[in-house]
Amino acid sequence: MADFGLTGFGAYIPRLRLERAAIAQAHAWMAPHLKAGAKGARAFCNWDEDAITMAVEAARDALHGQAQPFDVLMLASTTSPFANLQGAGIVAGALGAPAATEALDLGGSPRAGLSALAQALRARRPALVIGAERPNAKPASAQEMTYGAGASALLLGAGRAIAVLRGAGVHGAQLVDHFRAAGADHDYYWEERWIRDEGYLKSVPAAARAALKDAQAAPSDITHFAFAAPQRGIAEAVAKAIGLNTAPTRDLQDGCGYTGAAHPLLLLADVLERAKPGELILVAGFGQGAEALVLETTDAISDARPRRGVSGALAQALPTQAYLRMLSFYGGVDLEWGMRAEKSGKTALTEQYRSSAQTGAFMAGRCPACGAVQFPQHQYCVGPDCAAPARAFEQLSLVDAPSRVLTYTADWLSYHPAPPLYVGFAQYDNGARVLTEITDVGEAGIDVGAPLQNVFRIKEIDRQRGYRRYFWKAAPLMGDR
Amino acid sequence: MATGIKDKVAIIGMGCSRFGERWDASEADLLAEAFDEALTDAGIERKQIDAAWFGSAFDAVNVGNSAIPASVALRLDGIPVSRVENMCATGTEALRGAAYAVAAGAADIAVAIGAEKLKDTGFGGLPTPYKGTFSDMWMPMASAPAGFAQLAAGYVAKHGVQKADLKRAMAHVSWKSHQNGALSPKAHLRKAVSMDTILNAPMIAEPLGLFDCCGVSDGASCAIVTTPEIARALGKRDLVTIKALQLSISAGAESSLPDWDGSHVRNTRRAAARAYAEAGIEKPREQLDLMEVHDCFSITELVTMEDLFVSEDGAAIADVLDGFYDRTGAGVPCQVDGGLKCFGHPIGASGLRMAYEIYSQLLGRAGERQLPAPSIGLTHNLGGVPYLGIAAISILGLKA
Repeated sequence: MADFGLTGFGAYIPRLRLERAAIAQAHAWMAPHLKAGAKGARAFCNWDEDAITMAVEAARDALHGQAQPFDVLMLASTTSPFANLQGAGIVAGALGAPAATEALDLGGSPRAGLSALAQALRARRPALVIGAERPNAKPASAQEMTYGAGASALLLGAGRAIAVLRGAGVHGAQLVDHFRAAGADHDYYWEERWIRDEGYLKSVPAAARAALKDAQAAPSDITHFAFAAPQRGIAEAVAKAIGLNTAPTRDLQDGCGYTGAAHPLLLLADVLERAKPGELILVAGFGQGAEALVLETTDAISDARPRRGVSGALAQALPTQAYLRMLSFYGGVDLEWGMRAEKSGKTALTEQYRSSAQTGAFMAGRCPACGAVQFPQHQYCVGPDCAAPARAFEQLSLVDAPSRVLTYTADWLSYHPAPPLYVGFAQYDNGARVLTEITDVGEAGIDVGAPLQNVFRIKEIDRQRGYRRYFWKAAPLMGDR
Repeated sequence: MATGIKDKVAIIGMGCSRFGERWDASEADLLAEAFDEALTDAGIERKQIDAAWFGSAFDAVNVGNSAIPASVALRLDGIPVSRVENMCATGTEALRGAAYAVAAGAADIAVAIGAEKLKDTGFGGLPTPYKGTFSDMWMPMASAPAGFAQLAAGYVAKHGVQKADLKRAMAHVSWKSHQNGALSPKAHLRKAVSMDTILNAPMIAEPLGLFDCCGVSDGASCAIVTTPEIARALGKRDLVTIKALQLSISAGAESSLPDWDGSHVRNTRRAAARAYAEAGIEKPREQLDLMEVHDCFSITELVTMEDLFVSEDGAAIADVLDGFYDRTGAGVPCQVDGGLKCFGHPIGASGLRMAYEIYSQLLGRAGERQLPAPSIGLTHNLGGVPYLGIAAISILGLKA
């Protein structure tokens, strides 16, 4: 186990990007000062994305569609959609992880993602550590400009590690820079200058020095400083206070925005895309003090690249100027959706459990008698001349199976939180055919024959009971590596 | 193949309520309106009815589950009454129950009645159908137009036609039905509209605009059936008999296997082949005098012309634009009463409304829109969506 460490990494950033100028413009009548920070674009979740769906997508990027070599799955987020239902368990189901997988959620702090990584590295057990965040900022707040959304997944194991832990340090402090009460929608922040001077500039250097000491390294040995605060300029001041010779890595404000508990892991994934063998990475997180890790890359880093990664995710943008679209998705405005939206969204939890073997990891069945690949799987084979019992079907996941648009339409009549509802048949190369919702369709629309990929998304939100159900949808194929 | 029911069942009375936004009428009122006309037409007493089949589709509106509300509304005391539901093919399903009871000798006189009270929802369009707990887990819950609109994508891909040419033919389908609806006193939409209006209407489900979609209406329709012998004994001279009654339902192949190309409705082809065999029709393009088909959307009617083997595959656009299906054309007039498009589409009533028009035309009672001496006509009633649905076909004709 000498070579235990990071063996893979992946990232996800929602494709929807809102120009910050559009946010500032919407609030110019009452908050003209926002214009000063209105640079670049921030990511925001489509109506069918949340911390859980982004976690699944980041994990898929890290796993490359391979079998899941992890015993532990940790999901760190302060914005899980459920207060009492495990997000990590839902992620494990979507990834087809065995029932013996130890799944756990962590939250309560923007440090949660980095803390999870530290614990998993010390535990030295095969693990998948995911940070995912969909922070919700109050309209016209500073956070609405700086917050984004995204997820990062790090795969830990023994053998062919691309980076190993050299040291760790923590510096706790009873400093409440912000908080969010249980059940509240938004964070409440104290004055930025105080947070910078008494918070970041004291806690992060203290934790970093402890980590460097643990790693028996000097500040000048660090090649990459993976750290960012939502406020501009802080990371540079922190780097100087630690005595680093290097500037902080890019903060991902352009194209993504601050992602809370996911942010240190997202910055780390970004650095790992570019890091060379034998380099030291200092990664830090802040909140009621700070925490820092020192990682050292190995020779294996050269050929460990995610399919998408942070740079790929940043490039897959669907830009928009529609501020009200983001506001509607984040509950900031209650639009008139018509009576069709009154339809009950109640989930039969008994049915959800019964069908989870099919719906969780999108399992199709291959009939041993006639070879037809089919989803959904009913009681008998769908082949009109076959109808063999489904009990003997070989199970295969459609998650990564290639498909194309057979038929489609853009439905303006159904209730849909992001009209129009694109729906059509996905025809898989393996013969399966599935009627599917097509999400993340850009303004150019879609046409017959267009290649598709699958994404894990919210299928339906039950607004009356606060429940949400997930399933796979098609999306236009992006050019991942 | 079974010998079928050709000429074993005669229709001796039919009724149809005025279709439309019937703010004045409950579903029970509509049932009574159609029932009264059918009883008077048949010239029988309520007490002569042995059994009844009542069709109504949506539970969110209407009178509720079971046949009890229809039995109460029509005071069908103590006789067997069944409620049937097969989505938009519900009306034909009710006729099928009544016709089979008569053909089997289980009833001398049977009633088929279908109704839908859609304008109690508070909004335009159909209520959201319930597809079951398992479908909820994975199936996209798209609207009815979204289901049928996909035929256009499939048709364009299969036949390599231009989207604009298909859209123009679809517009002609609706234009023709508006022309006909203007001549139908009981129709919901009785106004002719221009091609420009149709082509430039707001989009509902690409490429279907507002005028590519049928009316959402209240209404009821009713048929009273018996044996030809009893009909003669009741003094009926010109007898309309059922030549064929066929149903075909998807078992999932179109939506799960790679061989269906999305350009047609397989169930219609199956039901049509069986119906023509039952009725003894070999050349439908030449033998049929008129058709009332399930034009829930213009694209549906267009592909149905091929699915019924009246237009050659890929030739429906040309036939439609040539006016082959127009009321005054040289071909097979289609939707002479305005169709679902303009007569309206109260789900549970539609199959029986189609039969009402064929019956009226065969008996020379169609007023301003009367065709010259038709002797055989076809109804085509679809439920569900093109890839997972129900096709119900009846062929009605004058008994020689």
